Amino acid sequence: MALVDIQHLTFEIGGHPILQDLSLSIAEREIHALLGANGSGKSTLAYLLMGCEGYTTHGGTITFKGIDLTPLPMFARARLGMTMAWQEPARFEGLTVSQYINVAGPDIDPVPYLAQVGLAPDGYRHRMMDASLSGGERKRIELASVLAMHPQFAILDEPTAGIDMLSIQDITRVIQSLRDNGAAVLLITHQEPVALRADHASQLCGGRIIASGAPREIAEQYKKGRCVRCDGATCLPLTPAGAGAYA
Amino acid sequence: MRELKVLTESLGLLGQDPAVFTDRHIAHMAADGHHVVSLHEIPGVTLEAKEEGGTIISTVHIGKERHIALPVHLCMGITAQSGIQRIQTRLVVEERATVSFLAHCLFPHVESGEHRMDATIDIKEGAFVRYQESHFQGTSGGMVVVPKAIVSVAPGARYLSEFSLVKGLVGQLQIDYVVQVAAGGVAELTSKIFGRGHDRIHLKEAIVLNGESARGFIKTRVALEQDAYGEMTGIIEAHAKGARGHVDCREILKDRGVGRAIPIVEVTHPEAKVTHEAAIGTVDKKELETLMAHGLDPDQATELIVSGMLQ
Repeated sequence: MALVDIQHLTFEIGGHPILQDLSLSIAEREIHALLGANGSGKSTLAYLLMGCEGYTTHGGTITFKGIDLTPLPMFARARLGMTMAWQEPARFEGLTVSQYINVAGPDIDPVPYLAQVGLAPDGYRHRMMDASLSGGERKRIELASVLAMHPQFAILDEPTAGIDMLSIQDITRVIQSLRDNGAAVLLITHQEPVALRADHASQLCGGRIIASGAPREIAEQYKKGRCVRCDGATCLPLTPAGAGAYA
Repeated sequence: MRELKVLTESLGLLGQDPAVFTDRHIAHMAADGHHVVSLHEIPGVTLEAKEEGGTIISTVHIGKERHIALPVHLCMGITAQSGIQRIQTRLVVEERATVSFLAHCLFPHVESGEHRMDATIDIKEGAFVRYQESHFQGTSGGMVVVPKAIVSVAPGARYLSEFSLVKGLVGQLQIDYVVQVAAGGVAELTSKIFGRGHDRIHLKEAIVLNGESARGFIKTRVALEQDAYGEMTGIIEAHAKGARGHVDCREILKDRGVGRAIPIVEVTHPEAKVTHEAAIGTVDKKELETLMAHGLDPDQATELIVSGMLQ
């Protein structure tokens, strides 16, 4: 049985279909990369999986460990063992990095998790989670907090965006660590070296999964900017924001 | 003395060490109503206080180029269930002196009371003053607190003020502070207030940047729940070359809380600049969802966000 099973998922905003008949399964301890152009529906899928406000499915099913997620609020999904790291992590005024990581549990020692994401613990654990941290630093701390949760399923929305090239290896190691600790990962990324660390990959176009397979094949196809099913002609993203991305 | 004992015990409510009144290295002044109950000076810190016509008239003086290592404690309160406290205070920090004040206003058992303070604070050239003011106004909502201050920041001096009222009920609070800043001077005013019940909060803070390259920053953080009302007015005027100011107000509302933010900026010099930002409403959606993705329910997440903001 798949850990995460998405069947015939549909979602629209203001009459515009964003996801159409989308089906995807992710096994336990599987790293699954999701590639797609801007506006193809990647982040929308992440928000639907996590149950963000305003993201309720219009059709289809999502199950996690065999449990129907659709009626569950976000925190209940997290308590089942799933979590998400946002593309642009939030800032928290008045919370230290340690306090933020301790949201997952008051007894958690943040030191090893900060070290795992390449941040010197002594230099960061007392820092504030506010604008004094750069976007890249907040992304690393967000990943440290995900590690600290020991989830069974983690959704990582572009975890390497805004991260300097030299540090991307740190992030890919974190993704491997999640798997080593028993988590499956849905890895939304535009970066080929990151996608290649996955076990499987899928390409999203126009709100549909258009191909799934080995990460290298999917990444090659994605780089060419072609949709194998429609050859870039009819499978364009259906929202204005994404229109033309594959043309 | 009973009054000092009550004030001492109440310090713990604000997270302060009750031993400050017995430590001979720490200067302090404590008053209950119109009565000064304890006063202790140290080298560099001169304290005077007397009761006159139902008012405490006090002076605090920090000597020139004195660096006061431990904060000076100014503890004002009403220890009975009702009472009135009026204070006129003058605080002078001489040239290049450095000092921190911890001011406590404690009304732990008051059901009906009034506290009025008129302060003038004179910070001379190159001096540094940190003024942290914490209030506990009881749990009945029966206090009326009206502090007014006129602060003068001389060239190159710095004044950092932090006001906090986050425990118990506020009752009525009407703050009115004006800070005049000379060339190269800095004034930063931070206020953190949690209104509950039928609390009524009026906060008016003004910084006037009169001198070249003067700096001013007003930061206000307020949480209002149940039927509390808050009106926050932040004013910065810039009248000289290179003067810079910023007003930043954030109010989080719950239940039937009502908040208003009134930023007023006035610039009369083409090479000065003042900016402002204000946000009033529910907690930030992204902050809330991030915490819920870590397993906190909406109430737990909101509490953490509010407590962080007011920390």
